Amino acid sequence: MADRQRFPIAKLPGFAGIALLTFVLLYLPIVTLVVFSFNEAASISRWEGFSLRWYQAAFENSQVREVSIRSLWLAATAAGIATVVATMAALGTTRTSRFPGQTMIYALINQPLMVPEVVTGVALLIFFAVIKVQSGYTGMGYLVAAHTAFCIPFAYLPIRARLETMDLTLERAAADLYADPLQTFRWVTLPLLLPGIVAGYMLAFVISLDTVVITEFVKSAGQDTLPTYMLGQLRRIVTPEMNAIATLFLLLSVIAVTIFFALSRKRA
Amino acid sequence: MALVNRAGERSSTPGETLTDRPPSHRWNWLLCAPALTILVLAASGPLLIVLVYSFLAPGSFGGVSWEVSLEGWFRVFFSRDIFDPEIVSLNRAHATIFWRSISLAFQTTVICAILGFPTAWFIATRPAGSREIWLFLITIPFWTNLLIRTFAIQEVIRNQGLINTILIQAGLVEAPLQMMYTDFAILLGMAYVFLPLMVLPLFAAMDKLDLRLLEAGYDLYASRWQVLKEIVFPLVKPGFIAGSILVFIPAIGAYVTPRLLGGGRNMMLGNLIELQFGQGRNWPLGAALALTLLIIVLVALVAYIRVINRQEVAQRG
Repeated sequence: MADRQRFPIAKLPGFAGIALLTFVLLYLPIVTLVVFSFNEAASISRWEGFSLRWYQAAFENSQVREVSIRSLWLAATAAGIATVVATMAALGTTRTSRFPGQTMIYALINQPLMVPEVVTGVALLIFFAVIKVQSGYTGMGYLVAAHTAFCIPFAYLPIRARLETMDLTLERAAADLYADPLQTFRWVTLPLLLPGIVAGYMLAFVISLDTVVITEFVKSAGQDTLPTYMLGQLRRIVTPEMNAIATLFLLLSVIAVTIFFALSRKRA
Repeated sequence: MALVNRAGERSSTPGETLTDRPPSHRWNWLLCAPALTILVLAASGPLLIVLVYSFLAPGSFGGVSWEVSLEGWFRVFFSRDIFDPEIVSLNRAHATIFWRSISLAFQTTVICAILGFPTAWFIATRPAGSREIWLFLITIPFWTNLLIRTFAIQEVIRNQGLINTILIQAGLVEAPLQMMYTDFAILLGMAYVFLPLMVLPLFAAMDKLDLRLLEAGYDLYASRWQVLKEIVFPLVKPGFIAGSILVFIPAIGAYVTPRLLGGGRNMMLGNLIELQFGQGRNWPLGAALALTLLIIVLVALVAYIRVINRQEVAQRG
């Protein structure tokens, strides 16, 4: 690794410049957004002093409170279910000889990544409209199902990656010491796999929080989530209250991503 | 308890699978079953219903009426005269939107590649310690909210936004530059939000690259450009393909970015599709448009991979 620095061969002319420019371009808008959430004035481009009034406004806005709680609940639930089924699927598809149908399983799991979100949204809108008419149920179940399906590949990938780097000898040792398969799983496999599972959950949680298009198509009346609420508001005149909400939202994502990053870069 | 013992007999844990695995893969399937059920019910299966709906007639208040009709697919490409339905012409509005979507998605992919390649290279060639930090800096926007990042770019390019405020205060322009609600704004927004999707797969490919190969190239009197073209590009190509696909697919199906930055007039396919389920109330047309988008994505994927592979054959031959 240290070799990389000593040899100038890895240096390509202009690359570092473009890279640094890219990082500036990536962070400039985000930093601007965060800075102006603390603006005293109602303007989101002219700075008039530090203030927390827009955060206060956001907290006092009952609609914002309602959609935020709904978003967090939805993300926690969908990510939870997605992580459990993705963990099972990862156990079922790794550390095994190839079996017939495996390619199909991969295709199904990765499908939400390959199909544009708007197409999935349309498909779910049509499908759920039929069920809504037949069953009369219009609750949150549809959003939970849609988000869970969408989150599965994101939960699956880090868990599978973790499983693939895990050492099998410990599990063999447990089996040699007369642990039955369930005990082996509970006391050996699961603790070793846990960082992958938590990373998968974090990712699924963030993805669910991020999902706008599918939610927009699937939600019934009064089921706005924070992103769909923001999408509706952003077409009107925007005050720094929006910046404050976005900043808090961003903070939540950053925390989840940090946990994900720390866990998934850790070697098994 | 009986269940547990049964599970024990069939060796459900991977620990034993390597030593005495039974020939059947029943356990693999059982473990995958819950995930597959959810995916079939709430992701893959409904796509088939879209196919059915695209061949039905629109209902008067949204939805469909159950009679077979090709009108949905017909209207994807053609429009009928308001006064005389027999007069048929190419649907220019749709053609414009198709072209805008394809061309903007393509341009977005190119911009992301031009900026992403050096960025990924930069990260991959950092010393071990600081590399993690750079990687983290690119991971944050990768997983954070697309809507918020679109909002952030909107704040920068609005008429009263950051760029125009600076330009006006500096006396460079008198009236704000109109950047919002143009194709340029959509392109800028998409390149901005999808860039990390290009950088990360490229980084993953470059991370595995053996730098001694570059050294060998230089020893054999290759120029920097030759090393880049003959050694680096072929080896990181899988990452480049993955990155391009990851950028192109959400870009061509983009909905949020054109809606916020393009406004009502600069629609992309995603917005046109949504329109059919909202104000348009033409579900079969919306279904046909959604499938057309899916077909474009699939054709683009297959064509892209074939072109890349052909280049490889040509290079070897």
